[in-house]
Amino acid sequence: MIEFKNVSKWYDTFQVLKNCNTKVDKGEVVVVCGPSGSGKSTLIKCVNGLEPFQQGEIIVNGESVSANATNLNRLRSKIGMVFQSFELFPHMKVTDNINLAQIKVLGRSVEEATTKSMTLLKRVGLEEHAHKFPGQLSGGQQQRVAIARGLAMDPIAMLFDEPTSALDPEMINEVLDVMTGLAKEGMTMMVVTHEMGFAKRVAHRVIFMDYGEIVEDATTEDFFGKPRSERAVQFLSKILHH
Amino acid sequence: MNYNWNWGILFQTASDGSGTYLTYLVVGLGWTLATALAAWVLALSVGAVVGTLRTTPTPWMGRFCYAYVEIFRNVPLIVQMFLWFFVLPELLPEALGSAMKQMPPPWGSYVPAVLCLGIYTSVRVAEQVRAGIQSLPRGQRMAGTALGLTLPQTYRHVILPMAVRIVLPPLTSEFLNVIKNSSVALTIGLMELTGRARSMQEFTFQVFEAFAAATVIYLLTNLVVVLGMRYLERRVRVPGLISASGDAQMAGH
Repeated sequence: MIEFKNVSKWYDTFQVLKNCNTKVDKGEVVVVCGPSGSGKSTLIKCVNGLEPFQQGEIIVNGESVSANATNLNRLRSKIGMVFQSFELFPHMKVTDNINLAQIKVLGRSVEEATTKSMTLLKRVGLEEHAHKFPGQLSGGQQQRVAIARGLAMDPIAMLFDEPTSALDPEMINEVLDVMTGLAKEGMTMMVVTHEMGFAKRVAHRVIFMDYGEIVEDATTEDFFGKPRSERAVQFLSKILHH
Repeated sequence: MNYNWNWGILFQTASDGSGTYLTYLVVGLGWTLATALAAWVLALSVGAVVGTLRTTPTPWMGRFCYAYVEIFRNVPLIVQMFLWFFVLPELLPEALGSAMKQMPPPWGSYVPAVLCLGIYTSVRVAEQVRAGIQSLPRGQRMAGTALGLTLPQTYRHVILPMAVRIVLPPLTSEFLNVIKNSSVALTIGLMELTGRARSMQEFTFQVFEAFAAATVIYLLTNLVVVLGMRYLERRVRVPGLISASGDAQMAGH
């Protein structure tokens, strides 16, 4: 479904991604972890072309992201993305946030889009907040709306870029629960997160990155049970003991 | 100070015989507003486009708009006024140039004044629009893009609606400036409020009364603008956000 082939990226002379190779199969949940600055956010932003890369290739659903022939907007509309800081549109009501791209990109009618939005809001437990503005919701609620906004496009895969890092601790679980539900239904997911509990419970595979390299790419049991690299061992000992 | 106060002068017949000096000044206010409003429409439309283009990823467009801004904001307004009025007609093709010079008063002064003031103000508006757009979190643009919206759609539905709310307070200052700056048009012969106050002073020697009246008229006019813009700010305020300038942060975190 998503395949990385020798992907390298530089900011001027600084290399942020070094020859990254991996792939995410349909229905697979892959957690990407690693210390800050390791390139994990950059890696998933390359999947829908939010970050350009200079070398290598990323194939999504048979299409190369960086090829000129690829209609990037159409490809993006098929991949849901959830950001660390939610990025809901503050001047729009919750329903309008979810409706916008359905109407403008997929060409759905207002009624169709609203029906879809309400169904998804019910699913993330926020139907009674449909007419509020994002600023009137808590962080956890905003992030659930953001997930609904991504799902409204009927995506073939969802990307999560540290979806719980900006949340107060008591709100993290409400967001993780929604994500767990999605994974159970077979959604293809790539999740950058520090929530190792979530990774253990939900992920099929874990990718560990450091200094722009994919250091470890293993099944969840192997990664937590017998990490091969010294760096992964160190990272796990730090992150699991706090 | 040996000065003969005479507030009654405002109700005496003006030198042009059209009415009292008070009506003479109020007609001047009419010209001030006609100049300022036309220039403001020009400034807002050009400024919004230039400011927006400066934030788009097209490099040559950005450079062109940058040059436009730097040329028109680094030359004093009064010099620009003279350039539009005296120099431009000489540089244009003969027919167009003489048509400009032969426009009957007050249009011969009014048209260059509006163009000059409009362009001058447009670069200030452009800078504020640019700053407003750039103050939004980068993630907003990414979120629009990630949903599959095109760049124009992202601007239209995501970026500009918030940017407009952010730049409303500084735009109020620009609106006030355009009204005050229209007084520079007196140097090219437009008899707007300041021009008329000066002419009244020359005919009557009642300098204090003439400029006191002009001052009060400017103050009241601008007060109306301030209150109107406040009302507009309240109307477009986004529920759940404390202030237009703080909402970028709130939305981000």
